[in-house]
Amino acid sequence: MPDPTVILNAQATQRALTRIAHEIAERNEASSEIVLVGIQRGGVPLAKKLSELLAQIWNHPVPTGHLDVSMHRDDLGQRAVPDVQPTIIPFDISGKTVVLVDDVLFSGRTIRAAMDSLTDLGRPKRIQLAVLIDRGHRELPIKADFVGKNVPTAPGEKVKVKDNEVFLEKQ
Amino acid sequence: MPWNRKHLLDIESLTPEEITTVLDTARAFKAVGERAIKKVPALRGKTVVNLFVEPSTRTRISFELAEQRLSADVINFSTEASSFKKGETLKDTALNLQALNADFIVIRHSASGAPHFLSRVLDASVINGGDGAHEHPTQALLDAFTIRERKGKIQGLNVTILGDILYSRVARSNIWALTKLGAKVTLCGPATLVPRVFEQMGCRVTHNVEDAIQDADIINLLRIQHERQRKTMFPSINEYTTLFGLNKARLARTKPDALIMHPGPINRGVEIDSEIADGDRSLILDQVTNGLAVRMAVLFLVNGGKGPQEIAG
Repeated sequence: MPDPTVILNAQATQRALTRIAHEIAERNEASSEIVLVGIQRGGVPLAKKLSELLAQIWNHPVPTGHLDVSMHRDDLGQRAVPDVQPTIIPFDISGKTVVLVDDVLFSGRTIRAAMDSLTDLGRPKRIQLAVLIDRGHRELPIKADFVGKNVPTAPGEKVKVKDNEVFLEKQ
Repeated sequence: MPWNRKHLLDIESLTPEEITTVLDTARAFKAVGERAIKKVPALRGKTVVNLFVEPSTRTRISFELAEQRLSADVINFSTEASSFKKGETLKDTALNLQALNADFIVIRHSASGAPHFLSRVLDASVINGGDGAHEHPTQALLDAFTIRERKGKIQGLNVTILGDILYSRVARSNIWALTKLGAKVTLCGPATLVPRVFEQMGCRVTHNVEDAIQDADIINLLRIQHERQRKTMFPSINEYTTLFGLNKARLARTKPDALIMHPGPINRGVEIDSEIADGDRSLILDQVTNGLAVRMAVLFLVNGGKGPQEIAG
């Protein structure tokens, strides 16, 4: 296997997150209505960072939780058993604008599962989606509201986020 | 991700990592039970048959609710209303259920090994809901979950199992699970019901209750199983209560943070005093709540324990 290509280094990741935070703030004037929900596992550290950045912009803390979508996936039984992580959302999402945060947007099935899962927890006023990488190949009509970087990929390639850096692994 | 089993037949064959995977997964499912909507679609469109060839109320109810909370379709098949009375064999009954496209069979049977037998003749996933005096794996998993939840760990804890060990599948499964996870297990009860042979499973055996409970972090009381017992095993229930029942005087000599467990149904005034069963050191009702989460986790895991594909999403 050839060496993975770096798509975003640590500084570029940080810049992308800062830009996403400002875009979220620009799009959502009522800052008290915003809650962040990171999708296990890759979205969780990103949601935490976005939460810190938004807290600086708005001068108040932004409620942040994490969501595991394994129980709502449509491909259970077609793949290895997912490693189910706890869902921790210690606030009411009803009436809020929930910004879902994930690292890589690919087929869209994770986001579909996440939206189903969220509606079991309450009725958000609206749901927005922030991703660090959009690599294309959607299988569902799902689109991100905030994107760190669009990366054209082949279906068999892998996009990995590790220690604030994003890599593309060729087959 | 150490789980790719299609069946849950016993604890003996599980690795410590697999047991830990069940406990970790159950943590996520416990949270589902605390939400307004206590249901997830993980087993939507799947059919589960609860084949209870030996009477059971609490285990069957727990499995049934777990299945419903996973959105599975559930059929209950019990001894009373069944074809067993008409002479059908277990294998034929199971093949008939499979012909109805059952995906999972939860079986309780008075014969040890019945679930293992079914797993060899069926394509469906088989989950052991208790087989004879052999194993009761989901009980051991929920007990381990409850201990870990309250004590934060299992490694190094002193766990005493007190009561009828010889006839107890709960004891056997618990011994396997706890020793694999690094607990020190002590067994105690009348010599006829707690033979020394259990030392071969890595346990300490004592017939002195004070000795058994003084250093225990967890005391797990087992019911005297009248239905599996010959009358010659001990002279009387009264004598058992006097020698081995957990009463206030005995509880006072345990560690102050020792916790009390019991798989139920409890016989108040026999193996446990009412006050202790209802007291704040009792985990008996936590066990019931956790049993639901653990059974959801087990069904979820065996459902997925088939495919090697990696997540893409």
